[in-house]
Amino acid sequence: MAEATLSRPRALVNTPRAAKPRRFLMGVAEHSLPIVLCLGFALPLVVCFTTAFMTQQQSGTGSLWPSPWKFSNFREVFSAMPFGRDLWNTCLYAGLSSFGVIISSVPVAYAVARMKFRGRDAFFIVILATMMIPAQVTSLPLYVLFAKIGWIGSLKPLIVPSFFGDAFSIFLLRQFFLTLPQETIEAARVDGAGEFRILRQVVIPMARPAIAAVGLFAFMYAWNDFYNPLLYTGNSTTSQTLAVGLTQLAKSAHQSAYQLQMAASLMFLLPVLLLFLFAQKVFIEGIAMTGSKG
Amino acid sequence: MTAATTAARGPAGVAGRSRDSRVGRRRDPSKARWWVTLAMVSPFLIGLAAFVVYPVCATLYYSLTNFQEGSYRPVKFVGLQNYVDLLTQSDTFWIAVRNTLWMVIIMVPLRTLFALFAAWSISRIKSGAHFYRTLFFVPAIVPVVGAALAFIVMLNPEGPVNSMLARIGITGPGWFSDPNWAKPSLLIMALWAAGDTIVIFSAAMLDVPKELYEAADLDGVNSRQRFWHVTMPFLSPVMVFAIVTGMIYTFQYFTEAFVASGSASSIQSSSDLLGYPGQSLLFYSTELYQQGFVYFKTGYASAMAWILFVVIFVSTIGFLRLSKRWVYAAGDN
Repeated sequence: MAEATLSRPRALVNTPRAAKPRRFLMGVAEHSLPIVLCLGFALPLVVCFTTAFMTQQQSGTGSLWPSPWKFSNFREVFSAMPFGRDLWNTCLYAGLSSFGVIISSVPVAYAVARMKFRGRDAFFIVILATMMIPAQVTSLPLYVLFAKIGWIGSLKPLIVPSFFGDAFSIFLLRQFFLTLPQETIEAARVDGAGEFRILRQVVIPMARPAIAAVGLFAFMYAWNDFYNPLLYTGNSTTSQTLAVGLTQLAKSAHQSAYQLQMAASLMFLLPVLLLFLFAQKVFIEGIAMTGSKG
Repeated sequence: MTAATTAARGPAGVAGRSRDSRVGRRRDPSKARWWVTLAMVSPFLIGLAAFVVYPVCATLYYSLTNFQEGSYRPVKFVGLQNYVDLLTQSDTFWIAVRNTLWMVIIMVPLRTLFALFAAWSISRIKSGAHFYRTLFFVPAIVPVVGAALAFIVMLNPEGPVNSMLARIGITGPGWFSDPNWAKPSLLIMALWAAGDTIVIFSAAMLDVPKELYEAADLDGVNSRQRFWHVTMPFLSPVMVFAIVTGMIYTFQYFTEAFVASGSASSIQSSSDLLGYPGQSLLFYSTELYQQGFVYFKTGYASAMAWILFVVIFVSTIGFLRLSKRWVYAAGDN
């Protein structure tokens, strides 16, 4: 509320004295709705955070403030579930697959955006169409295929496909490549640079923000992914990821131990929240872009 | 593919030589050699063949057989038997269909309206809108599994929300453990995580030309008319986008339901109780998972997958057709 009135000093100076309280009240009215929404949005996260520090008796009750604060919950998580191993697997999956998405999608997006070849528009439509295919339609034969080559129970079914281009990333990158100045690319072509060299030395340096966005989205997708790890690594004791491990914890003997579930969830959410904090502009612009160009 | 690109390059190369003779270049520089293009797009082409085209076709084939993954029984072609069984023999199939349609028909529009409302609430603010937009977005990036577990704690019958309700004299429902409230609980979670849609709407609202608002003010329109006749036309394309992506997502709704029914039920091995409580959270994708990956009735689940595919395809195309009538295309004129 204070922010609303203070940040408009010019308007305040110019208005007569009597209008001041009214303006203040307007500010309260304008801000009250988003503030109420913010409180609602924050509640589940607050519950998650405070429950993570509660004792077993206090967790899951109506109280929102831990008393006493029990920091050892976080240590207990490691004995209640193989948290360290799951974390390592999640990092492997998220790190390698986002790397794979970037190196395989950038050239495709460049070709679709900036190179001329026959059937290019049809090819782009095919890329968009693959986004509409539900995972359920492809996962049954892929499971059979991965079982045949002995990949079930390993991280390979999660990581390897990401090295073969991701439709959503190609789409996002293409939209960005279209905005790059045509003259720069043409000049490089006239100078006799090959397409791969143009891509490496001209386009990629200009497209760093978009590539970062695509990498971030791919990382988050893998970090949050539940369906694919459940199918392909589900019963494996060595390749389980955190998303699956957390649900196992919630189903196991620790079912009523809300404080352990929340401590584990908090450690699972925290990297994502930090990543968002540092790169929020990339995220929000990337999301806004998918809508405006869709 | 390769033959076509070479053929297309032929005449262009000749034209390039005659036109560009002073540079001594044999080809139009904006046209790459076919093998360069092919090398660029080959990762996606291989992926398309191996991870999209093959599995889609294989699912169709499986759906016509009695194939069971991991079983040594010889695979027999059974025609449309799986589809007939699904539509006439199975009770769980229709329960799953009904629950999923509930989500598509109720959750998708409510989520869109809620996002519109939230975006509107910050569009009126002159300063600090960016701050709120960031906060609204946070739930959208929270991993679904973590969010679902947090909601189970928050909405557990003795939990924070029910004790808040008790303080104002309302007896809270059982939420995730009550068959009548399990789906509304998921709906609340979906509204909570609508941040991506809020951001898209909010960005679209900023794109409305200022002159239009000024002109509207000069004409003396009230704020409701202003919203419906100035803001809404600009929002209609992104609304279509939000509804279509929301529909596609909801038809495949899985993780939230799986975690909610798995963790809220007190039964230890709940693999055959995926719809807990009382099959109210048995969605199409959870039923498909159960048939295909718990019971390994691969052929049967493949038939389910193809039905889902066709339904998603038809409803998306149908909705886009319908929406053409009322969408205002600002960029197209």
